[in-house]
Amino acid sequence: MTDASADARRPQEFEKVLSASDTSVASFDTHARSPIEKIQHFLHSNPAAVPLIVLVASIALFGVIIGGKFFSAFSMTLILQQVAITGIIGAAQTLVILTAGIDLSVGAIMVLSSVVMGQFTFRYGLPPSLAVLCGFAVGAFCGWINGVLVSYMKLPPFIVTLGTWQIVLATNFLYSANETIRAQDIETQAPILQFFGANFRLGNAVFTYGVVAMVLLVAVLWYILNHTAWGRHVYAIGDDPEAAQLSGVRVNRVLISVYVISGLICALGGWMLIGRIGSVSPTAGQFANIESITAVVIGGISLFGGRGSILGMLFGALIVGVFQLGLRLIGTDPQWTYLLIGTLIIIAVAIDQWIRKVAG
Amino acid sequence: MATEPLLTARGLVKRYGRVTALDQADFDLYPGEILAVIGDNGAGKSSLIKAISGAITPDEGEIRLEGKVVNFKAPMEARDAGIETVYQNLALSPALSIADNMFLGREIRKPGIMGNWFRMLDRGAMEKRAREKLTELGLMTIQNISQAVETLSGGQRQGVAVARAAAFGSKVVIMDEPTAALGVKESRRVLELILDVKRRGLPIVLISHNMPHVFEVADRIHIHRLGRRLTVIDPKEYTMSDAVAFMTGAKAPPEAAIAA
Repeated sequence: MTDASADARRPQEFEKVLSASDTSVASFDTHARSPIEKIQHFLHSNPAAVPLIVLVASIALFGVIIGGKFFSAFSMTLILQQVAITGIIGAAQTLVILTAGIDLSVGAIMVLSSVVMGQFTFRYGLPPSLAVLCGFAVGAFCGWINGVLVSYMKLPPFIVTLGTWQIVLATNFLYSANETIRAQDIETQAPILQFFGANFRLGNAVFTYGVVAMVLLVAVLWYILNHTAWGRHVYAIGDDPEAAQLSGVRVNRVLISVYVISGLICALGGWMLIGRIGSVSPTAGQFANIESITAVVIGGISLFGGRGSILGMLFGALIVGVFQLGLRLIGTDPQWTYLLIGTLIIIAVAIDQWIRKVAG
Repeated sequence: MATEPLLTARGLVKRYGRVTALDQADFDLYPGEILAVIGDNGAGKSSLIKAISGAITPDEGEIRLEGKVVNFKAPMEARDAGIETVYQNLALSPALSIADNMFLGREIRKPGIMGNWFRMLDRGAMEKRAREKLTELGLMTIQNISQAVETLSGGQRQGVAVARAAAFGSKVVIMDEPTAALGVKESRRVLELILDVKRRGLPIVLISHNMPHVFEVADRIHIHRLGRRLTVIDPKEYTMSDAVAFMTGAKAPPEAAIAA
């Protein structure tokens, strides 16, 4: 058996033939890709492309059908105003979904924050700006609870936020005693609460500060997600939390920060909600969580985490806005909007699955 | 051996409920060597490696790196101490680019205001270093450093993981089953990578089930059985069937080898 061990120090017998083999080790397929494969690869590296194409196509389509009444600066900016809150809450939802989670409590956190901002001003007589800060603190705290339960307690995000959704919403009704603070009172005593509802004009285009804030927020988050280590970690966690942990990402800390930031963004949404509806109402924004998930999914962000661009979410929100306004101007039954949005959601997820197969 | 071991472990114990994965396990790694760790399924190889690489914290026992006791609570701490691990599942994020993956958890930021205030990543510097490392290891058949890892083949992914370990490992590189999922040619490439890393003076811990590969590259073979080190053998003095016999308990190891 001694010759066997002497042999062992050399490449094994069956590998000797390798010297004659093709030397290109694991190089890339250089074979020409079919057009379909090219599209698949393009979409794989540009996740916001599909919603952008759909957005442009739907604007063009409604523009052709309805004409100038739809295709005007006024209508376009009206759409922006109408999706501003969905866009903000969608941004919060995007962060959570990129980590392969889901946040059902976003709408409830938004409403509670707005109620805190209103009630702290009118019930306790706090300076409005301080009350706004308190609203942000409440949003961050709600997010922190979600984050701790998801990261350290290892509970599924769906269940955690299903619970906190009910808890936060109930807290909101109990605390506010179902009282609405009237728009006139806010206007005279605490106009800062309506700050994001104020608008300015550029020609026929009407922008509210809320729209500007939404676009800025998405731009800033896009930068953070793509050009900072924290952003890369968010993607890595959504992709494969085990791998991220082993490569040195502090998974729990990043997860908690994601939920806290999501809560803060929801509080910003709450502030904007006051500007949008004028008053502080504990019953507003009931469907914000579903609307934000819709925007995220139509925006091509994968519910399995780790894939997608926050720009896609903005496009997704705008697509919904375009359909709502377009169909209203045509004068159809509003149910057609929901029917079409529902179809879009399913198509978006199907496309997501197809793009994911790119590696195969 | 006259030299001092670089990395040692004494009396490691790790229990999972009523299962004892590590039962007073010892471990020694000398500078510049390739130490293979072999053992049957469930012998506790993985637990041993995870304890050394910081992925688990042993219940008892101590680990010393260059004579100093270390207490890793996370893989990050082991990495900071210079111990890099190539995990069996590679620990890569498929959707991120090759460069992003190589620098995950230790990103380079831009100098000046952009880096300090806006925390902007220095993509250029990271891609340059990633490219250098891959070229050094002869892996530059990977053309585009910013492509997603999920578009790479199994062998290429392994290459990225090994390059990451070789790029940052300053004291020890641990490789868990690096050839398990690869074809003949790609395995050969990875074995050459391992010898390359060794030539640069880094000691390597190689966990493998592939006896021919182990006997080809290892300087010493640590045989793990029932949660502890059974013996350490010299691959030049024993055959593969001897090693398998020790590993499975078919044959008792010689007294002299136990002392080694």
